[in-house]
Amino acid sequence: MPVPLEHFLVVAAILFTIGIFGIFLNRKNIIVILMSIELILLAVNINLVAFSAHLGDLVGQLFAMFILTVAAAEAAIGLAIVVVVFRARGSIAVEDINLMKG
Amino acid sequence: MTAPLFVFYVLAGICVASAVTVISARNPVHSVLFLILAFFNAAGMFVLAGAEFLAMVLVVVYVGAVAVLFMFVVMMLDIDIVAVRQGFLRYLPVGALIGLVLLVELVLVFGTLGVGEVPFPAAEPTPAGVSNTEALGAVLYTDYFFAFQLAGIILLVAIIGAISLTLRDRGPLKRQDIGKQVHRERSASVRLARVESGKGLG
Repeated sequence: MPVPLEHFLVVAAILFTIGIFGIFLNRKNIIVILMSIELILLAVNINLVAFSAHLGDLVGQLFAMFILTVAAAEAAIGLAIVVVVFRARGSIAVEDINLMKG
Repeated sequence: MTAPLFVFYVLAGICVASAVTVISARNPVHSVLFLILAFFNAAGMFVLAGAEFLAMVLVVVYVGAVAVLFMFVVMMLDIDIVAVRQGFLRYLPVGALIGLVLLVELVLVFGTLGVGEVPFPAAEPTPAGVSNTEALGAVLYTDYFFAFQLAGIILLVAIIGAISLTLRDRGPLKRQDIGKQVHRERSASVRLARVESGKGLG
């Protein structure tokens, strides 16, 4: 591998932190929160692929593919919920979603 | 600096910069576009790591499907951007604090883990003479077939869930009722009348 493992890990750590930061920053917009979750999953995928290349084990790439599947399903369900919530409340802010009084 | 390392730095820099723009853009449409850019650059990094198939899947699935889905939802919902931006600065300190703590923790983990000391195996993830796609398939369809089937079931559940969540009844809509059609008698639909010539049915 021409690129050292640490470089991948640092990029993944930065992306993960940006994702967490985005969740805290965008409390008024669930769509951006979902995008932040996608960034977090991308960071995890980068870690898996980097270790797969580093350890010479193909299973890391395989699990990255499964994470991709779950991320796609999560995005579809999440956006469907966002659409339903917007129809019901006319807003996509986190604090407006209190129908269940949790 | 070798050429792959230089390419990696360019890709990683653009990826991180566009990720920052995703969470801080004023317009959600710009967020989606920069998310696409971030995923493109991540795909480039995957190619550098030798995962060509995963890179192509990332482009196809994320740029082709998920990002378009995001784009549709962003443009379908009538979001008040000004209202959305309120409270942005209020959450900035706590978010920055938690992000900083997380980043420091991750860096500390890398520092103490000593990942550089892990012996580098002689074997590449993709065996020589076999393409990355072929090698992945050889593992996926044999050892991990059960997980593969489970992934399919997860996607099926996601399809059904998303459709049933967003499908709404729009009131008086003419629908086909097969039971009603089958139970319809001839007497209910056909009437024989003797029509006199020149007068019509009246």
